[in-house]
Parts: sequence; structure tokens; C-alpha cells
Amino acid sequence: MSRIVVVTSGKGGVGKTTTSAAFATGLAMRGYKTAVIDFDVGLRNLDLIMGCERRVVYDFVNVINNEASLNQALIRDKHVENLHILPASQTRDKDALTPEGVGRVMDDLHELGFDFIVCDSPAGIERGAHMAMYYADDAIVVTNPEVSSVRDSDRILGLLQSKTHRAERGESVREHLLITRYSPARVQAGEMLAMEDILEILAVPLIGVIPESQSVLQASNSGAPVILDKVSDAGQAYDDFVRRFLGETVPHRFLEVEKKGFFKKLFG
Amino acid sequence: MGWFNYFKQSKPTSAKVAKERLQIVIAHERLDRNGPEYLPQLRRDIMEVIRKYVPISDEQVNVQFEKGADFDVLELNIALPDRDH
Ligand SMILES: Nc1ncnc2c1ncn2[C@@H]1O[C@H](COP(=O)(O)OP(=O)(O)OP(=O)(O)O)[C@@H](O)[C@H]1O
Ligand SMILES: [Mg+2]
Repeated sequence: MSRIVVVTSGKGGVGKTTTSAAFATGLAMRGYKTAVIDFDVGLRNLDLIMGCERRVVYDFVNVINNEASLNQALIRDKHVENLHILPASQTRDKDALTPEGVGRVMDDLHELGFDFIVCDSPAGIERGAHMAMYYADDAIVVTNPEVSSVRDSDRILGLLQSKTHRAERGESVREHLLITRYSPARVQAGEMLAMEDILEILAVPLIGVIPESQSVLQASNSGAPVILDKVSDAGQAYDDFVRRFLGETVPHRFLEVEKKGFFKKLFG
Repeated sequence: MGWFNYFKQSKPTSAKVAKERLQIVIAHERLDRNGPEYLPQLRRDIMEVIRKYVPISDEQVNVQFEKGADFDVLELNIALPDRDH
């Protein structure tokens, strides 16, 4: 079976689409045939982050409604092989997504031989978010070091444990915590929740910490997922995260403030 | 951390406050989630009844639901106001 992974958060704007793009690209770079689906019906954005916005002809809802075949709607990524994007509809509403329709697309992707299906969830806990997580085997819970994001992540964990296909069958979705927009300097100053605090509160295994980084904006400006920027801190942190997801043991990086000189250390 | 900061740490940092607030609110929400659907309404009703007799704030009433092996337990904790008030 294809392994289905939802990237979810509850709260909006925490980095789900950035993460979905980087994650799917990282999996494909390692040779896995990967599809990444935008579930944010009405607010399509994954296409922009992946740099394929001008090649969208058909979308996810067209496929669900049998207005286009999956092969017609899938967009081949221009950066890496083995990667395909299924864009969201820009015009319909979220009710277009049904469990049967989504399930059929998942089955068809499996038939086409995809190893991984990455589902970029919309914010909130409404239908779009529910459908994005429904068939998931794994969930990447994206959390910012900030009170409302942590609380919403806990809400989402509750839904993963009760409202998914796996939960309904008495199985569980594997949960992974990904902390993004982390700023070690602010943590050190006591202005930002530390990684350890978030872990203690949510009690979900940590799969990565992505630092707050200018490279993310640059990547979205150019339409190339940040993981392709191999010199950037965020790009490297995303690469570590993909490797951990695939079972490698990789130490966490970018958690400490860069070393300062002796005097600054003493008085800063 | 510079060692001068050591003397400035009289007040808890805002991150520490955030952590404590989160721990409390998330603990409550988890209990609601795992408990029966009537729990939030039950809590409101109980508050209303008690307020007929003593003035209390929301934080002073703690309704907890715990799942046991054979039976579930509903635990009600009410902290009454200070006696000299
Ligand atoms: N590590 C990071 N460093 C700096 N900026 C970031 C980082 N991650 C995400 N951002 C920025 O945060 C904003 C929101 O990111 P993104 O669109 O990925 O979030 P989202 O969770 O998908 O949002 P939505 O809920 O609207 O779908 C973007 O402007 C993005 O550039
Ligand atoms: Mg998004």
C-alpha cells in the first residue's frame, strides 16, 4: 500500500504547505514515487510553493467528480523526478471533498504505484482538514512555539485519535511532532516556548525542529521548495526531518544560539 | 545565558508563563474530550447551582471525568472563597 501522510496543525499559517512541499520533495529525491495533494479547496497555494502554478489544468475536485482522470490532473514536478502534484480547486467549496471521493483517489494513486501520498491540510478543524487526515497512516503535526498553535495541535491530536479511518477501525495514526519557525535566541531570552516544553505538553515524538529562516520566504518567492536550498539552515533541517521519517537516526541541529565571543557570552 | 542574567530572573519569563497556562488549559480540554459529551453542560449547570449559595469563579470548580476499568468516576472539586471574605 502507499503510505499516506497528512501534514496538519489546526492553526493557520504555521508552515503546513512549506512543510508538505519540502517533505514530498525530500522523499522523491530519495527515489520514492511521491504524490503531494493540496486539500485547501478554495485557497490553493501548494502549486505556488512548488512552482507549478502555470501548469494547473485540472484539479483534485475535477478528479473526484470524474471530470478529469488522475493522470490528466497530476502535475509532474520540474525540480525532481518521481514527484507529482495534485492541486486544489480554486473555485469550489470544501463540501466537494467526500470520504468516498477522496478514498477513490487514494486507491487510484496506489494503483499507479505511488510509495508516498502527502496530504497538505487546510487550517481549521472543518471538512477540508478532516478529509486530509481521514485516510492517513502517519500525521506530521506542525507546531509553532506559541500558545495558540500548541493548543490547536492538541486539538488536532484528539481528532487524529478519534475521527480517522484508522481510529474508527481501532488502529492508530502514527503521530510525529514537527516544530517550525523556531528561534533559539528567543528561547534563550525566555520569550519563546522551548522545544522541551512543547514536547512535555503535547507528548508526541519529535521528528524535527525547523528554525525561523529567511530562506523560506526566498524559496516561496522563487517557487522552489526550501529543501532544495542545501546551504540554508531550514533546508538542512527539513532534509534531516525526511531522513528521520525514513528511519535514520539523525541528531537535531539548529537548537542552540550560534556561539558568541567570550565577552558577549558573559554580558549578553 | 550570561551570568548577569542570573540576577534578573526574579520574575518568571513569559515563556514560563505560557507553558503553565498551556498545561492547565490542555489538561482541561483533554478531560472534556475523553469524557462524555454532556460534561461541559454539566459543569455549567453545577456552577449555576453553587452560585445560588456562594459566589465562586470558574477556576474554583473542577469537574473531572476518569475512565476506570469497571466504572467511570466523576470527581467534583469546589474550592470555597476565603473565610474572611
Ligand atoms: N521556518 C520558517 N521560517 C520563516 N518563515 C516561515 C517558516 N515556515 C513558514 N514560514 C512562513 O510562514 C507563512 C505561512 O507558511 P505556510 O503557507 O507554509 O503555512 P500553512 O500552515 O500552510 O498556512 P495555511 O494554514 O494558510 O495553509 C509563509 O509566509 C511562510 O513563508
Ligand atoms: Mg497551507
